[in-house]
Amino acid sequence: MAGTVKSEDGTNPEGHIWRIAPTRRDLLGFLGWGAVLSSIGIGTLAFVRFMYPRVLFEPPSQFKIGRPTEYAPLSTSEKWIKALRLWIVRYDDRFIAISAICTHLGCTPRYLGTEDKYKCPCHGSGYRGFSSGWKVNATNFEGPAPRPMERFKLALADDGQMIVDKSATFRIDKLEFDKPGAYLPFA
Amino acid sequence: MAEQKKGWFDVVKSSYVWKSMFRHEYQDTYRNRVLQVSSNVFLHLHPTKIRRHALRLRFTWCMGGITFLLFLILVVTGVILMFYYRPTGEYAYHDMKYLQFDVPFGMIMRNMHRWGAHAMVIAVWLHMFRVFMTGSYKPPREFNWVIGVNLLVMTLMLSFTGYLLPWDQLSIWAVTVGTNMGRATPMIGQEGPFSELLGVDARYDARALLTAGRLIGPATLLRFYVLHCIFIPLIAAVLMIVHFWRVRKDGGISGPL
Repeated sequence: MAGTVKSEDGTNPEGHIWRIAPTRRDLLGFLGWGAVLSSIGIGTLAFVRFMYPRVLFEPPSQFKIGRPTEYAPLSTSEKWIKALRLWIVRYDDRFIAISAICTHLGCTPRYLGTEDKYKCPCHGSGYRGFSSGWKVNATNFEGPAPRPMERFKLALADDGQMIVDKSATFRIDKLEFDKPGAYLPFA
Repeated sequence: MAEQKKGWFDVVKSSYVWKSMFRHEYQDTYRNRVLQVSSNVFLHLHPTKIRRHALRLRFTWCMGGITFLLFLILVVTGVILMFYYRPTGEYAYHDMKYLQFDVPFGMIMRNMHRWGAHAMVIAVWLHMFRVFMTGSYKPPREFNWVIGVNLLVMTLMLSFTGYLLPWDQLSIWAVTVGTNMGRATPMIGQEGPFSELLGVDARYDARALLTAGRLIGPATLLRFYVLHCIFIPLIAAVLMIVHFWRVRKDGGISGPL
């Protein structure tokens, strides 16, 4: 064992385990193992970074979704549910863009117009519909969903079309539904 | 006295080539029986002798052996499937259908792989149940229990990663649900406790490591394919070697007390 005091016949005359000064063998052992372990460590870190590419080949996050007047007043539009996975809801004074991602485990809920609620096919989460008002809309009330569905950022482009930005989301549990961008004022 | 006629097998066995491969004598002695096992790389994982109780099916259920057999079946059928399957977004689903409906014996290879995978998960659980109920996890076998739990995790990870490869709706949504659980990982999950401390977001968190981005997409498919075919089987194989080795070193298959 490195570091033990041993006399020539291999016994330990002084009775203590550790030598005060490291020997050359201790030093070389430390350096050797240090090199091996730090190489493995650096390699592991590099591998983890390697697994996060700099460029993702994913769809763009901003989309033009047409002029506000193209949407019927007081309606929940399913126009973009297939392509963009969101609902555009028009109230008296504003638009909101609801992300159609169930907050339980990420399936796409269905909007059931006749029952005025959103219902997730995976585990049965239910969310309130249009008549609950712009703030409560898409709030969970049944099933395992832990919180209301998120909303996407809405803005007006120069050409009068609305732009939805799916990379900017708003969550009610972070008190973000009143923030600018969480809805688009429209009179 | 008539000389006994040598059969063709005796000629083969006395040849130089045969003796270079099998060094022990063929005479049926106790020593040669042991040598047959211990000098063969494939057989040497077996104990050279086993106790009578190790053959009692009602005690062992042979579930560990069945699990290993299923693993071997999955390796063989899996490699066969790899000859046709391309893990890219454009081809994966069609290659799966091609295997099923056009490639000769493709259907049975795919189904053996699929049902074998289901059976392996069941067999692993039953094996664990048996080991628990017979107290075979107790010292000196406690370390092998830990290895076994890791093997269980590897089995489940193999099932999970393999589930995405057909690249149909069921795959994608199952993996969506599965990887979304990763968001709740403490520290390194986007929505997990203490994630603010490390500043992880949807782009750089535990889930994104698995899915290669924010979405379940072609990059995810490739990543799961490599994990399923190379990474996890290698780890599982190493753990199996240790597991079987420890069964012997810890005193053989545990028997009734």
